[in-house]
Formats: sequence, structure tokens, C-alpha cells
Amino acid sequence: MDIKVSVREPNGKSGATVVDLNGEIDVYTSPKVKETISELIDQEHYRLVINLENVRYIDSTGLGVLIGGLKRVREHSGTVNLVCSNPQIKKIFDITGLVKIFGIFDNEKAACESL
Amino acid sequence: MREPVTSPDASRTLDGQLQLRIPSRAEWVSVARLAVAGIAHRIEATIDEVEDLKLAVAEACTNCIQHAQGNQEVLVTFEIAGRRLTMVVEDGGKGFDGRALAPEPLGEPKVGGLGVFLIRSLMDEVDYDFDPLTGTKLTMTKVLGQ
Repeated sequence: MDIKVSVREPNGKSGATVVDLNGEIDVYTSPKVKETISELIDQEHYRLVINLENVRYIDSTGLGVLIGGLKRVREHSGTVNLVCSNPQIKKIFDITGLVKIFGIFDNEKAACESL
Repeated sequence: MREPVTSPDASRTLDGQLQLRIPSRAEWVSVARLAVAGIAHRIEATIDEVEDLKLAVAEACTNCIQHAQGNQEVLVTFEIAGRRLTMVVEDGGKGFDGRALAPEPLGEPKVGGLGVFLIRSLMDEVDYDFDPLTGTKLTMTKVLGQ
């Protein structure tokens, strides 16, 4: 069980930085995600899109990393949008009420455009 | 020619107990998830139920690993009784008081307390037995097919 993390900056007016995650995000793998997001924020990337389309599992430690990232970018008037269409993953954001805090979109284009 | 051996009706029940003992380290939590997924499939849980059980057991193990002190391993007991699947997660260390982590409804984004909140949301019955000397014992039950 592992997580693959990659970063890209798609062409477009949104100025978004997209973080693609692939795998499972749990207590073992979430530090790797946290490190990537923290580095991006340190480099003044405050408009982030986290792509969860290839994430098969996320737990509270993964949610904690996303919340921590959101708090930090908000200090710079930035935001974090999520791309997620997997009903199992969306359910966790629903249960925890995080749907009210993150922008959650079914596709990357919509997530970038709404930043 | 010998008749094929057939299972007597009594053996058809899947009631029983299984145990998993994992080192108290983050890299082993996924094994608890895999174990409960296998058990849940065996008793014909739905995909949603399997996912709920995986998350609940992982959150419980994660709490043990992150909060308990002095424990070397986490013991997970799975007990099947009809359509009830009970999971007991014990840290065997100085424990953490899960009752103290019982969540209020979430408003502002918070990093802590989400795990216990999820367990309580996903499982039908949750009970903490906390002893500062012997550790935490979290018992949680899901009734399948509800």
C-alpha cells in the first residue's frame, strides 16, 4: 500500500497547481502528502487543486492533511479545491461535514475554474 | 466409488472468532484493513459495509498507534455472530481515553478527533473501556444488511 504524489501546473487562467494523488492515504502514507503540500505552500502556491480521482481510500489522517493545507493557504487568501467523484470517498467528506469547507468537484476543469 | 464429502448443515454458519496481532506501527494498519475486508467479503457484506468496516478498524488501530504509550502491538479480534460483526481493538499499553475524544458535530475545520467521529458514524455500536494501566479496549459492532 503506497501513495504516488505528483505536481503539475496546467495551462490556463486559473493559476492552479494540481496535486495528483494515486493510492491510499492513511497514517502511513499521509506524511508524504503533507510534505508535498507544505512544500508547495512554502513556495507560495496558494491556489491548489488536489486530485483524488485515483485515491481508493482516505482516513482521518488524510483528511487532517487536507484541512491543514487549507488552513495554511487561507492565511494567504488562497484555497484548496478537491476533485473527487468516487462515492466512497465523497461519503467520508459528507459524514465529517467537510463538504461545507472544501470545494469538491467531479472534474479537474471545474475545480480549477472555481478557484 | 466414495461419496464426496459434504459439509453438515451446522458447518454452514460463519459464526466464529478471528484474531490479528499487528506491530504498533503505521505501516501495519493497512493489514488490518485487508483482514476486515476479507472477513466482510466472506460474510457477504455490501461494498459500502466493507468500506465502513475498513475505515473503522483503521481509525481504531491508528488511535492506538498514535495515542497509546508503551504498547508494542495492537490486537484486533473479529467476532461474527449472524449478521453482526464485532471488532475489538486493544492497544495493551497505557492507552488513550477515547471517551474524551467523543466528538461534537463538526463546524470549523479541525484536524483532531475526526477518527473517533468517523468510527461513531460508521458503526452501529461503539464502546470504550479505558484503563490507564492496561490500555484501551474499543468494541464496535456493525449489523450487516440494515
